[in-house]
Amino acid sequence: MTPAIGKRVHMEPQTIHREDIVRWINDFAQVVAVNRDHLTELDAAIGDGDHGVNMDRGFRAVAAKLPSVGDKDIAQILKTTGMTLVSTVGGASGPLYGAFFLQEALSSAGKEELSLTDWIAMLEAALNGIIARGKAAIGDKTMLDALAPALQALKDAAIRNATLAEALTQSADAAQDGMQATIPLVARKGRASYLGERSAGHIDPGAASMYLLLKTAASTLASG
Amino acid sequence: MKKLINRADDVVRESLEGFAAAHAGMVRVNFDPIYVARIDAPVRGKVGVISGGGSGHEPLHCGYVGMGMLDAACPGAIFTSPTPDQMLEASKAVDGGAGVLHIIKNYTGDLMNFEMAAELARSEGIEIDTVIIDDDVAVTNSLYTAGRRGVGLTVLAEKITGAAAEERRSLKEVGDICRQVKDWGRSMGMALTSCTAPHIGHAMFELPDDEMEIGIGIHGEPGRKRMPVQPADEITDMLMEPIISDLPYRRGDEVLLFVNGMGGTPLSELYIVYRRAAEIAAQHGLKVVRSLVGPYITSLEMAGCSITLLKMDETLLKLWDAPIKTPGLRWGI
Repeated sequence: MTPAIGKRVHMEPQTIHREDIVRWINDFAQVVAVNRDHLTELDAAIGDGDHGVNMDRGFRAVAAKLPSVGDKDIAQILKTTGMTLVSTVGGASGPLYGAFFLQEALSSAGKEELSLTDWIAMLEAALNGIIARGKAAIGDKTMLDALAPALQALKDAAIRNATLAEALTQSADAAQDGMQATIPLVARKGRASYLGERSAGHIDPGAASMYLLLKTAASTLASG
Repeated sequence: MKKLINRADDVVRESLEGFAAAHAGMVRVNFDPIYVARIDAPVRGKVGVISGGGSGHEPLHCGYVGMGMLDAACPGAIFTSPTPDQMLEASKAVDGGAGVLHIIKNYTGDLMNFEMAAELARSEGIEIDTVIIDDDVAVTNSLYTAGRRGVGLTVLAEKITGAAAEERRSLKEVGDICRQVKDWGRSMGMALTSCTAPHIGHAMFELPDDEMEIGIGIHGEPGRKRMPVQPADEITDMLMEPIISDLPYRRGDEVLLFVNGMGGTPLSELYIVYRRAAEIAAQHGLKVVRSLVGPYITSLEMAGCSITLLKMDETLLKLWDAPIKTPGLRWGI
């Protein structure tokens, strides 16, 4: 059947399943491994140069754990991911990425599949969890500066009745713009804050890893 | 990178294995999760005192586990805070029924991980108090940063607080003694060289041969300013003046003067710094009643020093002088 011109045909999936979540997290573990040195170099410029190393240690541990929970529900998979990160990453990234996945787990409790609306609620819960733990505000040059615009892009996409794939892609694009927008910012949280004005001119490494997480969500979850 | 290691990934674990073997009479090392506890923990009826932080600052914190100081220490990866499960298990291991005090250096990661650990420990029925050490006067704009860093004062706080716990004081009293130390102490440091974390493999920051950085943190964080290397007396002046004027320390105050090595500076040079620091203290009418000189809170092999002043009263003096037996500090026994 040939789709009519101008009329959208939903060939791609409109829901996210357990296997998709497992693939997303596994794919991200690969992305972190590949970008380990890149993230570490970003951190060396304004922090203490261990972001890539710490994230890689954490997501390698997560990837090793996932097979044991791959048949559990979405919330259990996300919770295991969060708990593993909390106990392996350390630094500020451990509790913050831990909060991201633990809040996503709470928000998705009891769900067999996730709609775009569910995904938005999960990311909103993740954002609030990170704010509660890290006490940062948007514009402090942190991972929030990639996550907050990504969430807004998802909401905008939902209002426009975008497909799941479109919404996830737009959210990844917004995260990338948010990451780039951290360059001129002066850090107000974490070790980068000790640099004061000298922290301007660099991408925040937390915003960079958050962009990669959301970009991986777009590439993995949108492909179904 | 030239280091006396086997594999970068094994540095923390292998070092702790050696530490456990060397000090088997004083400490026991748990490896999953990692913490070091005094051999006789939990001590019945005594407040447990715990600290922790990234590795690379040895002897802090593990070297201060033992009678009269810490009940347990939780080491993280090099320059990376430990994780909540470490502090939770350590808290359980040292809780003698009188509660547990967490002494935390003020860094974003340390605060978050200890905060999670305290929530978990409280949910398991352990009473937890927390004191955050933030003595680094080099951080001038606390409003727009993560706040002042915890540096040299941490050593003094752990010693004095541990002695207070040893007297079987209550959790509230032990916490209050620690808060008094936090309020009465100030520090500032400087670096002549950078340092190299084994898992990163290159210097944390570039510092030319003829330059130094004043106001450095203990992880190679930047300082107040970078300038050509000066003689020891001038460097000491640059550290002492901001410390004295910050509290401020006043004429007639009794103080403990602590000159700390960052890991790569010989003791002989630290005494040159101490000599000048004592002169400046005297010029300001401060009476140095106790001293400590040596590498007690380090940044791997960084060359440089920090100076800490702590105002003393009768209580703090008595607790400072109390017997202590740890791998890193030992007297009165």
